[in-house]
Amino acid sequence: MTAVTAPKVRQARNLRIGREVGIVVAMVLLLAATAIRNPGFLGAQSLRDLLLGSAILVVLAVGQTMVVITRNVDLSVGSILGLVAFATGKLFVAQPGLPIVLAVLAGIGLGVVCGALNGGLVAVAQVPSLVITLGTLYVFRGVDYAWAAGQQINAADMPPGFLRFGSATVLGIPWLAVVAAVVLIAAGLFLRSYRSGRDLYAIGSQPAAATLSGIPVGRRVFAVFAVNGALAGLAGVLYAARFGTVDATAGTGLELQVVAAVVVGGVAIFGGSGSVWGAALGALLLTTIGSSLAVLRINPFWQQAVVGALILAAIGLDRLLAVRMARRLRGRSHA
Amino acid sequence: MRKPWEITIVAALLVFILVASISVDGFATGRNWGFLLLDLAPIALIALPMTLIVIAGEIDLSVASILGLSSAIMGQLWLAGLSLQLIVVLVPLIGALLGAVNGLFVTRFGLPSLAVTIGTLALYRGLAFVVLGDRAVADFPFGWTGGSIRTIPGTPIPWAVLLIAVLAGVFALVLHFTPIGRGLYAIGNNAEAAAYAGISVGRTKFWLYVVSGAVSALAGILWTLRYASARADNGTGLELQVVAAVLLGGVSIFGGRGTLAGVLAGVLLLGTVRNALQLADVSTDTLTVVTGVLLILSVVAPALTRLTPRLRKASP
Repeated sequence: MTAVTAPKVRQARNLRIGREVGIVVAMVLLLAATAIRNPGFLGAQSLRDLLLGSAILVVLAVGQTMVVITRNVDLSVGSILGLVAFATGKLFVAQPGLPIVLAVLAGIGLGVVCGALNGGLVAVAQVPSLVITLGTLYVFRGVDYAWAAGQQINAADMPPGFLRFGSATVLGIPWLAVVAAVVLIAAGLFLRSYRSGRDLYAIGSQPAAATLSGIPVGRRVFAVFAVNGALAGLAGVLYAARFGTVDATAGTGLELQVVAAVVVGGVAIFGGSGSVWGAALGALLLTTIGSSLAVLRINPFWQQAVVGALILAAIGLDRLLAVRMARRLRGRSHA
Repeated sequence: MRKPWEITIVAALLVFILVASISVDGFATGRNWGFLLLDLAPIALIALPMTLIVIAGEIDLSVASILGLSSAIMGQLWLAGLSLQLIVVLVPLIGALLGAVNGLFVTRFGLPSLAVTIGTLALYRGLAFVVLGDRAVADFPFGWTGGSIRTIPGTPIPWAVLLIAVLAGVFALVLHFTPIGRGLYAIGNNAEAAAYAGISVGRTKFWLYVVSGAVSALAGILWTLRYASARADNGTGLELQVVAAVLLGGVSIFGGRGTLAGVLAGVLLLGTVRNALQLADVSTDTLTVVTGVLLILSVVAPALTRLTPRLRKASP
């Protein structure tokens, strides 16, 4: 059996690594092109800003990757982030002396509740998660709006230590980027080496086969939505720490960037393949594009159009490669 | 009872109208109904092609962005000095082109429509901002803007409703009384079997997206004239209401099931609920929650009814 599958596995891995190298090359070219226009763009401060700017997107992309691998999608992450960011602000207004760790835990907890609601509905109704999370996208956002009732949390309402956490660096690396890296590495190891992590790929490749082989599909899908909610909650706390000012619109439309980062990073929208490393690179690339547009003095309104074009290009490319690989494999087995 | 869900929705609609007429001040007035119908016009319009697309087992999330991009293009063309007569012909053609891009990706490249139209949702909305920025074009002649909200003489019914009624008639005819319509159900139930039965699955789906684009652009024109304002962010998030109305109207998200009459009832139910709550001083933000909950209910409820017979069988 290994004799047959080994080349396939290697080929699939090569394809994935090829994609990741491709993103890095694209990013280097973009950085170089931008640096020609503005040499300061490659300075330590500017690169630090890039890491800081992508940290939140990376955390969200890691969670989304796990969801997409199971052949699902969670469009409500931007709304969960917004709700948690506002809740964090409210929490500090009510309890100014609250330790930061507790605020982070509270944010993650609220995120888990939202994610579990998504997961529960998807598991019970067995309808496409797209529809459920499109609904909760608006439900969570509406709750956020109703709660905020037009008010805004200002930086002055938050403890200085919390805001420092949002912008300070350790050994030159922003704390937020450190948090994102820890999340990324933990998720990467989980997906690579743990049985329940491998289960996610099995579910996404062929849900029926996964059920037959004894994988608790419903429970895993529920858990993956809960974890994704937790990460969106964590991202909400990071958002509050980084920006200080939070109103009910925080994170609106962010889900599109997250989905873009994930598919650009080579996570197949059909489920069953992809890695958090690729998704994180996708998030870095998107952030780089955003700041390059600003440096190159291109109309900032192009940003969203670029996100859309990247999604289309990425899924188109995936399809092309998949078709070509299937043809090559078929050719070999006939020979 | 061949269509229990549709009957439930129509009954719910009637009961709701009755209750709201009694309990909500100003609901049962001709003036309010005129506004309600105007508010619903873009949703009802876009719901027509969306019904066909969902029945064929696909989805189009880019409709609200096409609406916004059409509105932005309309504003820019007007600034460029084109006549409105020409603009209202050009814009739907551009919309058809935008829809064709969706159709191309879905049918030629065989990509999931969900992913494609999330991509074009972002792309088209982004292009709308590229075209018009955050400006608003508001100096359309009153003859057009006022005309878009004028009512049929002697009734509170806006002319737009007549347009929708005619289009709805055409769509219903195609869906329920032609081979094309029966083909859509076949595709939604089993695309492979439909292809073996001689239905050109790809071409049918492609044209559905073209029509969806054109109709969304038409909704964009209506929107722009009604509010006398062309803006890039017009209709943001409207795709939720359209999808909610279509699913509420009994169209299965898995394709192959649903009727146009059910969808129109779904549109009206969604609209009257929002309108009555608005009159009862519920904030617009809370209305978003209501729409989201209705969308979730409309997909969860059929699943629960699927479960109950099994439970009933198991219990005695």
